[in-house]
Amino acid sequence: MAELQLRGVEKTYGNGFKAVHGIDLDVAEGEFMVLVGPSGCAKSTTLRMIAGLETITGGEVRIGEQVVNDLVPGRRGIAMVFQNYALYPHMKVRRNLSFGLKLKRKPKAEIETATDEVSGILEIEQLLDRLPKQLSGGQAQRVALGRALIKHPEVFLFDEPLSNLDAKLRASMRVRITDLHKRLRNEGRPATVVYVTHDQVEAMTMGDRICVMKDGHIMQVADPTTLYERPANDFVAGFIGMPEMNLVGCVLSHDGGTPVLTAGRQRIAVPEGLAGRLSAAEGAVRLGIRPQHLQVVAADEANAFTGTVSNIEFLGHEVNLHVEVEGAQFVVVVPSAELDKKIGRGDQVGLRPLGANIHIFDAESGINLSLPAD
Amino acid sequence: MAAFPDLPKHSGSGERDAPTQLEIKLRRKARFNAALRYTLLTVVGLIMVYPLVWLIGASFKTNAEMFSSPGFWPKNPTIQGYIDGWQTSTPYTFGRFFLNSLWIIIPKTIGTAVSCTLVAYGFARFEFPGKKILFASVIATLLLPNVVTRIPQYLLFRDLGWLNTFLPLWVPSALAGDAFFVFMVIQFLRAIPRDMEEAARVDGANTLQTLVFIVVPMLMPALISVCLFQFMWTMNDFLGPLIYLSSVDKYPVSLALKLSIDTTEAFAWNQILAMSVLALAPSLAVFFLAQKYFIEGISTGGVKG
Ligand SMILES: Nc1ncnc2c1ncn2[C@@H]1O[C@H](COP(=O)(O)OP(=O)(O)O)[C@@H](O)[C@H]1O
Ligand SMILES: [Mg+2]
Repeated sequence: MAELQLRGVEKTYGNGFKAVHGIDLDVAEGEFMVLVGPSGCAKSTTLRMIAGLETITGGEVRIGEQVVNDLVPGRRGIAMVFQNYALYPHMKVRRNLSFGLKLKRKPKAEIETATDEVSGILEIEQLLDRLPKQLSGGQAQRVALGRALIKHPEVFLFDEPLSNLDAKLRASMRVRITDLHKRLRNEGRPATVVYVTHDQVEAMTMGDRICVMKDGHIMQVADPTTLYERPANDFVAGFIGMPEMNLVGCVLSHDGGTPVLTAGRQRIAVPEGLAGRLSAAEGAVRLGIRPQHLQVVAADEANAFTGTVSNIEFLGHEVNLHVEVEGAQFVVVVPSAELDKKIGRGDQVGLRPLGANIHIFDAESGINLSLPAD
Repeated sequence: MAAFPDLPKHSGSGERDAPTQLEIKLRRKARFNAALRYTLLTVVGLIMVYPLVWLIGASFKTNAEMFSSPGFWPKNPTIQGYIDGWQTSTPYTFGRFFLNSLWIIIPKTIGTAVSCTLVAYGFARFEFPGKKILFASVIATLLLPNVVTRIPQYLLFRDLGWLNTFLPLWVPSALAGDAFFVFMVIQFLRAIPRDMEEAARVDGANTLQTLVFIVVPMLMPALISVCLFQFMWTMNDFLGPLIYLSSVDKYPVSLALKLSIDTTEAFAWNQILAMSVLALAPSLAVFFLAQKYFIEGISTGGVKG
């Protein structure tokens, strides 16, 4: 097993389109790294450059000690699981699993032991003599996983492996993959993983660390908690979290030492804990508050936004309240039990940030100004 | 069912018992249409197949009966036509001509399959300088009428000293000269996702191994079609052998049939027809053997939700 390093990696496609703009990324040995971002942000391109399926037009990729830029995929010590499984359609499952080892001319006995071991782990023993077309989606994905596992690669690469499965199967496969990762770690052969997904739930639940990407740039690399609590910029803040963080344009000014946010006719003072970090900032900013961090109060209270309820979504244990404030849509998540039953569409309510759980982003660069300086 | 005696009344069965006037009318019309369609198709089908039926029937007639009775059923069925036709008027039997045909067809078909696969794989999967121009020239050959190239080709092969050998018949095909087949395989390959090939590369296969172990098996239906067409077209090819082969011992079946017309003063039609029937047999046999794969298409795709 080995660590993986990307140094200033760039990709310009043959048609001149620059998909990846010089990214740096370190994945430690045995780490589960998730690449996440909206569709088209070059996650697959990045992964395919690591795999060797796409040429690297700038920078360096290292696996272990070795620069692998010019190595063919088969020499990089990687294994890859594809979104469409990419099983060889004319080969039985058994041959699908052993194809890579056969090419390496491993002895027959060794191949058989390895096939047995892997099919045991993934519970596909009874499928070994089937053709891929006789497998369900979940089974096919397990075989694809087995094909990667059997090679004992240095680095596992996954490209949206679960997106073709239904929600229930996806949840169980998620657990299966993370369990497998832990199991390999406990067996003393930790697996370095790069896992691509556009699904933030997968990213948050599976990743040791998460790399958020946008338009071929890395926005932030951090563990799930950090990503959620201290997003580096407004993109990460908006991308991670359900429902999305409320982002609204404000003007930051200093009113006798206390920073104050003004949105239209409404003003709120920046909470105590954050005030100190914002002493230098002024002017147009974006205020970000998670829907879970807003409290419904009476209209026109001090240090709260007042707006009109435009929609109420009842989800069972909680309610999503949509409130229009100065032309911006706010979503508030309120536990069902705490919601005032008299509130209805068109009513005026106040929204107050809970504690210091707000973020202030520079309006231009999107950088989070309210992070502690550490 | 018995527990809910009122249920069946709501189902359609009640109405089915008493079809309305309109329904009867529609049904009658549909039946009439179907009958008309099938009659028409049968008649057209019979017209198309009649010459073949006549050919087979007539091959069992005596030469005297050939033009005296119009029906296809021989009055005194005889296989004399087959026996005499097989002997031919040359020093060789018809068996020799069949072997010649096979000797032309088999290398040509194999060469076509191999070369088309290589060329199509290159065009469909790789980027290389000049690809656009090369592909355009492949398509251009496809559009070029055969006749245009006959004379230059003849001169070329004459200068190479290949006249009266099988080489002019083999070599162009073995060098992917049949643009139609190349094009067909390219189109087929374009419809196959690249994932499997990429998985093979990650598994450590080089380009050739990927081609042989992954691409060729997936291309099988297309390759079988290519071989089938090449087999039938070559079997029936008259002009190619006519131009390049001059000694009778190299003649394929298509030329040998013409030979029996040339050399006999009074045409032994029954012999000619008998040999024509035999000449049809290999193509028909191959077609029916390969039919399953030919029609199968690619149902083995690796993509499944
Ligand atoms: N072969 C290609 N040629 C040109 N542009 C491409 C090619 N493949 C992908 N792209 C572009 O690169 C960008 C990133 O694509 P991709 O890595 O597939 O995104 P993601 O996997 O994050 O959805 C997209 O804008 C896409 O249109
Ligand atoms: Mg992708």
